[in-house]
Amino acid sequence: MIARLRRAAIAPAAAAVIALAVSSIALLISGNSPVNAFVEMWKTIDSSESTVLIINRAVPYYVAGVAVAIGFRMNLFNIGANGQYILAALLAGAAGAAVSLPAPLHVAFVLVIAMAVGAAWAAIAGILKVARGVNEVISTIMLNYIATGLTAFLVGEYLRNEAVELVAETPKLPASAQLPSLNPLLELVGIDVGGKAQLFGFLPFAIALGIAYHLVLNRSRFGYELRVSGANPEAARTAGINPRRMVLKAIILSGAVAGLVGMSSLLADPQFHKYGDQFPKTFGFTGISLALLGRNHPAGVAVAAVVWATIERATQRLSPLGIPQEIGVIMQGSFLLAAVVVFEVVQRRSAAVTARAVALQAESRTAAAPSDQEATP
Amino acid sequence: MSDVLAPGSPVVAIELRDIVKRFPGVVANDGVDLTVRQGTIHAIVGENGAGKSTLMKTLYGAHRPDEGTIRVDGAEQHFRSPKDAIAVGIGMVFQHFMLADNLTVWENIVLGHEPGGRLRLSPTSARARIAELGERYGLNVDPDALIGELGVGDKQRVEILKVLYRGARTLILDEPTAVLVPHEVAELFASLRELTAGGATVIFISHKLDEVLHYADAITVIRAGRTVAEVADPSQVSASRLAELMVGSELPRPETPLRLIDSEVRLDVRDLVVVSPDSGRRTLDGVSLRVHAGEIVGIAGVEGNGQTELIEAIMGLRVAEGIVRLGDVDISRLATLDRRARGLGYIPEDRQRDGLVLTMPLWENAMLGHQGAEPFTAGRWIDRVAAHTRTAEIIDEFDVRTTGSDVPAYTLSGGNQQKLIVGREMTAAPTVLVAANPTRGVDVGAQAVIWDILRTASERGLATLLVSADLEELIGLSDRLLVMLRGRIVAELDPRAVTPAELGSTMTGANA
Repeated sequence: MIARLRRAAIAPAAAAVIALAVSSIALLISGNSPVNAFVEMWKTIDSSESTVLIINRAVPYYVAGVAVAIGFRMNLFNIGANGQYILAALLAGAAGAAVSLPAPLHVAFVLVIAMAVGAAWAAIAGILKVARGVNEVISTIMLNYIATGLTAFLVGEYLRNEAVELVAETPKLPASAQLPSLNPLLELVGIDVGGKAQLFGFLPFAIALGIAYHLVLNRSRFGYELRVSGANPEAARTAGINPRRMVLKAIILSGAVAGLVGMSSLLADPQFHKYGDQFPKTFGFTGISLALLGRNHPAGVAVAAVVWATIERATQRLSPLGIPQEIGVIMQGSFLLAAVVVFEVVQRRSAAVTARAVALQAESRTAAAPSDQEATP
Repeated sequence: MSDVLAPGSPVVAIELRDIVKRFPGVVANDGVDLTVRQGTIHAIVGENGAGKSTLMKTLYGAHRPDEGTIRVDGAEQHFRSPKDAIAVGIGMVFQHFMLADNLTVWENIVLGHEPGGRLRLSPTSARARIAELGERYGLNVDPDALIGELGVGDKQRVEILKVLYRGARTLILDEPTAVLVPHEVAELFASLRELTAGGATVIFISHKLDEVLHYADAITVIRAGRTVAEVADPSQVSASRLAELMVGSELPRPETPLRLIDSEVRLDVRDLVVVSPDSGRRTLDGVSLRVHAGEIVGIAGVEGNGQTELIEAIMGLRVAEGIVRLGDVDISRLATLDRRARGLGYIPEDRQRDGLVLTMPLWENAMLGHQGAEPFTAGRWIDRVAAHTRTAEIIDEFDVRTTGSDVPAYTLSGGNQQKLIVGREMTAAPTVLVAANPTRGVDVGAQAVIWDILRTASERGLATLLVSADLEELIGLSDRLLVMLRGRIVAELDPRAVTPAELGSTMTGANA
């Protein structure tokens, strides 16, 4: 167990060192002191306010990462999480604002709509793949463009809040569909954010999603069949798993989870509670990096999401000091690349070690019970 | 080489001595000798798994032998890659074409050896050379045709031209006629004869004995990784003698006495037809058979004569017409998993491709194909404790050598992987077992264990359909032998009475 954890930690640790080295070089080239920059970055994140902001950002990242990871486990590249979630956020936001329901039901209603929309949008790519053999990478990329256009059109023409003149946005969700801040909970455990930041109420949903992802993937028959199909489609077929049905199920599930990516902003961010110009529209792409970085593992993706959000937060105040903020993107990129490479190396090393141990075992048992007598059928 | 050498020239082009090649768990070549005279067409025959392909891979540099020497034109060679082999004039023509469909013939031929500079491609000289080669050896293909638009025979000519273009003087062809129709076979050998007349040497692998006898100048027979015969004059040998050499003249007698077979029909297959979606051809053409309780029915046949289709149709992995009954139940319309749940066990022919997920731990592999059944799942959820317990039982009972049930399947040797599969199927207590090449590529120890398991199970009443390329295995284990040829069952033989010559000629259709 501890050995496994240590092995799991080697890759990210090595990747972090490489990422720091690469960004140091970039900083030096741009004529800045790396030490100075890192000190400033540390100062930015070293506060309970920053911690809250980081978590708030990590939550939708995590949801996006999980959505993409579900596809990855089945060897499906759902590049379309982005289109799925913006369309889901728009329609769920509009539908949520149009009805009035008691509080828990209202939230559930919005969530169900979002998942259904995400699933339906993803299903288009799934059906195209199963029925026509269209590669899902191509179709989901195309569907992203269509979703971008479609959302802009719908919010401008049909789902617009008529009370607002200049900007096209959906009406604000009523209070019954708004998730409360978790700051009171934080105070209960003795953390005082001082009202400078609000911990969004969607966090418990993301945690529940992570647990559900783990259980379904690793403990359910469905998850088993999904992983088998992803790892060896021929063996899956032989084991009686219908590959087409599995593709469709996986992509729909991935889309349903993608539908939830915008929910933290929609339901829990006091700045929004509506879909409009300012609504974040690129989290889906981040999800691809995070699924990769987190090795599709429920906890791995969570760590990746926090790292991502931390780097973004840390670099936010660099610009006024004359240090290019883009160093954050360099760090993220080099971290991702290094992590993928280092993990592969570690994986091979440990695979070789395991193989040797098993071979040794086989030999010792052979020595104990020689089986070299000639066999006859 | 200025003077043209007639067939039968005493000059030795290729000489392999005591070639040994081991793979984990198997010795594919165990002291093979091969002598090929220059300017001849030399055939290498042997059963599936006899080590022919391994030997050819050694010769064209795809891997290095563990022992033995390779001499080309008298000089000893140590090939590190196919590049080294082609440098001394040895080229390989693969059974599965390695051509880019979206490029033209001449582009495919020059691929990797492009004429002209780094940036500039000069097609004129290449075209001329290809036309000249084609003209000289009767290998006529339009250099500007797209590969994707060519037929199989043309594609093969392109493969041969490709090797000649690279300057090969010795061509190795791996089952060149497997994909050809009869008149194309004749054309192919006419071209090969032109090549040898020009001083080149041709080695081809085949298990079609009639064409070997018809076209080859000399024959080497390989069995179980060893050279068992070198025939210098094919006119002195008959097809049945060759078949006997291929399968071994001293076939093992069955150990078990004649048993009374239960009259209860466990597996009843009627008029099973599989139509290939690609060619529209009937790859399985009306097969009917019955397997009784306690009986092992062996299916013999040269690979590719419908055995795979038969198995997959029975397992529900392939669309088929006809009826499959398991006991009293018609399972023809059931999904694979339902068939398995009703007591149909399956050992697939390729364990790593079909039978295991190599990256998954043993306990997850132990439930593959049984993922809906006890003890592995309770409803929608996996019972990890029960699955681990069952895996430990399989490991224990079937002697799977491993450090535990949590290691990934790729860590096991081939024999142990196969024992895990056999154990998985047997532990599910099937009433009928479909076993395809259950001991292919496993070591002798594991082979004995698996044979023992199959024999014991049939004594306890298991009905087994055994498809195998290993004739020893078929004759030794089966109560009845059915021979498949071109998608049909062409003969039923008594394994106690059959001679290897009979079996060999029935399989190759030589007596038809």
